[in-house]
Amino acid sequence: MSSKKSSAPSTLGRSFWQRVLFHNMSDTLLAIVLGFLMGALALVIAGYSPLTAYGKLFSVIFGSPRNMSYSFIEFASPYILTGLSVAFSFKTGIFNIGAEGQYVVGSVAALLVGYFIHAPAFIHIPLCIFAAILAGVLWGALVGILKLRFGTNEILCMIMFNWIAYYLSNYIVNLRPVLSAPGKTWSHTIQDTAKITISGWSSLLSNKVHAGIFLALAAALAVYYILYKTTLGFRLKAVGHNINGAKFAGIPTEKATMITLMISGGLASLAGGLQVLGVTYKISQFAGQEGYGFQGITVALIASSHPLGVILAGLFYGAMKFGGTRFDAPSEIVDIIMGCIVFFIAISGLIRANIQRLAERRDKHAANDP
Amino acid sequence: MQQMIRDIAVILNATLMYTPPLLFAALGSCFSEKCGVVNIGIEGMMTIGAFVGAAAGYYTGNPWLSFLLAGVAGGLLALFHAFACITCRANQTISGTAINFLSSGVSVFVCRLLFSGNTETIPVSNKLPLFLSGLFSWCAEHLPAPLAGLFRPNGFLDNVFNTYASTYLAFLAVPIVWYVFYRTQFGLRLRAVGEYPRAADTLGIHVAGVRYICVILSGILAGLGGASLTLATVSAFRPSIVLGQGFIAMASVIFGRFRPQGAMLGCILFAFCSGLRVIVGSNTSISVNLISMIPYVATILCLVLFVGKSQIPAASGLPYEKSK
Repeated sequence: MSSKKSSAPSTLGRSFWQRVLFHNMSDTLLAIVLGFLMGALALVIAGYSPLTAYGKLFSVIFGSPRNMSYSFIEFASPYILTGLSVAFSFKTGIFNIGAEGQYVVGSVAALLVGYFIHAPAFIHIPLCIFAAILAGVLWGALVGILKLRFGTNEILCMIMFNWIAYYLSNYIVNLRPVLSAPGKTWSHTIQDTAKITISGWSSLLSNKVHAGIFLALAAALAVYYILYKTTLGFRLKAVGHNINGAKFAGIPTEKATMITLMISGGLASLAGGLQVLGVTYKISQFAGQEGYGFQGITVALIASSHPLGVILAGLFYGAMKFGGTRFDAPSEIVDIIMGCIVFFIAISGLIRANIQRLAERRDKHAANDP
Repeated sequence: MQQMIRDIAVILNATLMYTPPLLFAALGSCFSEKCGVVNIGIEGMMTIGAFVGAAAGYYTGNPWLSFLLAGVAGGLLALFHAFACITCRANQTISGTAINFLSSGVSVFVCRLLFSGNTETIPVSNKLPLFLSGLFSWCAEHLPAPLAGLFRPNGFLDNVFNTYASTYLAFLAVPIVWYVFYRTQFGLRLRAVGEYPRAADTLGIHVAGVRYICVILSGILAGLGGASLTLATVSAFRPSIVLGQGFIAMASVIFGRFRPQGAMLGCILFAFCSGLRVIVGSNTSISVNLISMIPYVATILCLVLFVGKSQIPAASGLPYEKSK
């Protein structure tokens, strides 16, 4: 799915720029720079000074240990996991646009288990996490069944499932036993035994530092291990790379699709579950889609779908989101920057080809000059 | 009995009112899918159309001008998609995703600038006109007695069919698009480009040119669809206004096997589900959240039950490289 070429053609060599530009990393960095430039353009048009605005953004993100813990722990954890979910699906040839819905069912499952079940923490927390993952795995499997049994388009299917999850969550929040009080728009809070917030770490950090970040990092390593060090990962990537080739090689492609959808679903729903267990403790009635799943797409694209890159991209996205909340200009500038980055990543092939052509022309001129 | 007739009228009227945003977007989707470019940016193009329609409607007070401007805005956004997919041979899904992010970001950003920090526009004073008001009142006055009764204000016909002009424009657009697809030279070319671009190229058809035109047309139509939300169905823009309707429109195109007339049936079906939501929601104690799921569940059911392997244009989603 990713449009990147991972191996450099053997013919390159002469110019420094050619060598640099064949790496995904430089594509992405270029896209990020261009995205910020477009954001600056929007700021100028809107009458803000981009230097001041970006300076503020930077100082908000890195301003204090507390702010950094917001940026890189509280805000980044869900993006790392939804990013992983989408990246995993990209690697195996599926576009998991359904991460949003999987995130939502994960948070609902964590809430229900976290509120209704009473147990000591060492049982309660794993139980909640298990419930969250299971919800997403099943939600993903449902799409898999529809795709494999009935040949429905999985992208449309997942988008519809996103909306169904959205209304399902609103429905459950409004059920009498779940709703905190009549007339309120949010649920009861989960039991203390289900909370994964780490309090008393340091008064310098935000009070929402939670263990989710460790799970997110562990998940990234696990996905890396599965994709690059196991036979299963090899098979899944083979299916993603060339489904006919994989079929010819005897890989059960339908099973691979199903496994992909289930693992992707579980990763995204884990994000939703951890958000409830570590940050919100409750679910409010949605007014609009929260976007964690959709933004996972951006995170995966910025990371070129590499699981370890997702960690960096997730930290970047989390920081930008947190910075956006304390912005002078409308916080949608962050969405514009991110949209532009994705767009430039999409067209990076052309940008690269053009720069390369320029470099070649210059080399030719240089060669012709005595 | 009276109540039932009134309910039926309400549902049918709601169906007619909910159809045009979907139908315009679906016709747009037909154009780009037929020529071989997958456009999941339809949703974003509707959003920008909805915003531009509402904002222009507020500032100019002229619904028709705003309607056109919304189409232009959708077309401009589509130009980016076309550039990425056709010229840069980018992954079409990724580009479409970027378009969706960008359009919601840009709409709300500009909305905050124009409407003093609010994410909602101020409602437009002039919506698109109720198309048949004049005709119906003329009929009620001038036709002989039994017939005139049919057209009386608040009668069944008036309640059902006297709806915004966008509805009739959308339905009018269906035969026009059909004619373009199947009876004009351009239509033949665009179908050829979508099925087998290399053959089309060999015959001297400018593949990239045809695709550019189609993608831009799809953006214009999606923009009009968005505007028919903010200039007819409701009268102001808010960030959540499109609510996945662009994707429902794409589903109805698949449901309609990539033909405009089939897509129209799909759109009417989904709009009917939305209409049902209005009447069921107001008359029963069933949770509005459950009822709101109906169109989305119906979409999936339709895809499962009626579509199966639908005939996607063969070159759909594939960039075309001239020299290879």
